[in-house]
Amino acid sequence: MGMTMTQKILAAHAGLDKVEAGQLVLVNLDLVLGNDITSPVAIKAFNQMGKENVFDKEKVTMVMDHFAPNKDIKAAQQCMMCRDFCGAQDITHFYDVGQMGIEHALLPEKGLVVSGDAVIGADSHTCTYGALGAFSTGVGSTDMGCGMAIGKAWFKVPSALKFELKGKLNKYVSGKDVILHIIGMIGVDGALYKSMEFVGEGLASLSMADRLCMANMASEAGAKNGIFAVDDITKAYVKEHSDREPVVYTADADAEYEKTYVIDLSEIKHTVAFPHLPENTHTTDEIDEIKIQQVVIGSCTNGRLEDLKAAAEIMQGKQVAKGVRCIVIPATQRIYLEAMEAGYLKTFIECGAVVSTPTCGPCLGGHMGILAENERAVATTNRNFIGRMGHTTSEIYLASPEVAAASAIMGRIAAPEEVL
Amino acid sequence: MKMTGTVIKYGDNVDTDVIIPARYLNAPSPEELAKHCMEDIDPAFAASPHDGDIMVGGWNFGCGSSREHAPVAIQASGIACVIAASFARIFYRNAINIGLAIVESEAAADAIAEGNVITADLDNGILHNETTGEDYAVEPFPAFIQTIIENGGLVESIKNGSIK
Repeated sequence: MGMTMTQKILAAHAGLDKVEAGQLVLVNLDLVLGNDITSPVAIKAFNQMGKENVFDKEKVTMVMDHFAPNKDIKAAQQCMMCRDFCGAQDITHFYDVGQMGIEHALLPEKGLVVSGDAVIGADSHTCTYGALGAFSTGVGSTDMGCGMAIGKAWFKVPSALKFELKGKLNKYVSGKDVILHIIGMIGVDGALYKSMEFVGEGLASLSMADRLCMANMASEAGAKNGIFAVDDITKAYVKEHSDREPVVYTADADAEYEKTYVIDLSEIKHTVAFPHLPENTHTTDEIDEIKIQQVVIGSCTNGRLEDLKAAAEIMQGKQVAKGVRCIVIPATQRIYLEAMEAGYLKTFIECGAVVSTPTCGPCLGGHMGILAENERAVATTNRNFIGRMGHTTSEIYLASPEVAAASAIMGRIAAPEEVL
Repeated sequence: MKMTGTVIKYGDNVDTDVIIPARYLNAPSPEELAKHCMEDIDPAFAASPHDGDIMVGGWNFGCGSSREHAPVAIQASGIACVIAASFARIFYRNAINIGLAIVESEAAADAIAEGNVITADLDNGILHNETTGEDYAVEPFPAFIQTIIENGGLVESIKNGSIK
């Protein structure tokens, strides 16, 4: 029996010729990531191990993004702890306010992950880098601390689901709609412990932003990782952002997949996940009027330049509806600058939206847009659990940047076609 | 490892945002986290002591974020063991890494009711319901994970050289 893409990367990093699903392996890591919430706990674990130095100061990275710029004194203390640790350990890739961005937008942009890498991050959306053809997965802080100490992590080799993509997305439909559609189809534990492997001729119509968004939300289907077959689009992206040589792993023809789903991209409609689970999906053509009070466009899922461009094009020359607060959060400093130069930020401000410095902020109810009792938000973020963005009675509707932008203008959940 | 406790039962997809809301993640102290554990779906939970109680959930327990604060909050609340039909993968490894006992059993998660008294004999893989007299089958841990558990977590396993 052959191996999947994920299994090949794990085998190579465990020094084995072959692995199979269910096998436990100790894997050598190319990168260990943490943020301002998970790193302090990891630093504590690291210190308990009695190791003096991290395994490789080039291969540990910390990004101050969740509650940064510091939202309160306790958050400030946590960032200080990370800053002091990275200073003392001489960590090369420490990203503080001014250089930072939302971790999963920042790392690919900085070229810290390339195809074929094995990456862990103490953040569940670390699976984002699968878009580059890497194995990357979220772990906890103790795993991160141990990863910093020995450069390794334990994994059960996952079985896999194959998503064979064909056709081409329609205008104003994007990667977010595809992944919400898939989660609606297989459920929030539909890929539990497994890999989601995305292949097929349909990849050609998906930008890197689409792929990063889709791999990002593999976590919302319970998956260990999401991974895309590497093609010319991936290679061009990696070449543009990194000096490192990518290693391309292709699944064997006889690799075992528990199930294969064929997805025709041309059939995907604007998809929205209703509260309080990402699997509660509906398409915009089948929903009644749902009034909203807030729109958030940003996050590690949809805060990239392509996302801001899509939103700006829909909002251009219009006004955010009365009674709606629209918050736009470019995911990194570079995206912020590029969106400014392209005129997107001007568009947002002129139509009554606000633009924030990069931060995870409201996505996890941290700061910069917390919801009050019974308020509803359309967000391009990734989770709509109870209380995630604020009050326990508030509601989050997950959607694409296109739908979020249209909804901001209409004051209710709306399809882009309604405002164009 | 053998423990007996009273059951507090929840449903499917108990996520890490309800186990410990992100607004409390600005301080990692276990005692502080325990004060807010489960408060968004069960304000009564943090209000009473749980020394040795057993938490039971349905499918996909602990889904959502990677925050280790979630199993830490449950552990610091005094919960001795979590039983669920299935666990979300990061919660599963976090629990093992920090030494919170977890048991995956669909039969148990299905049959056990709030307030039942359960004895979990983890060495022999038996869950016994003292209230109803039922026994439930338990999936044993692979040897590698058993090693981590026996060493008291991942940090100790690395410290004493069991994992290099």
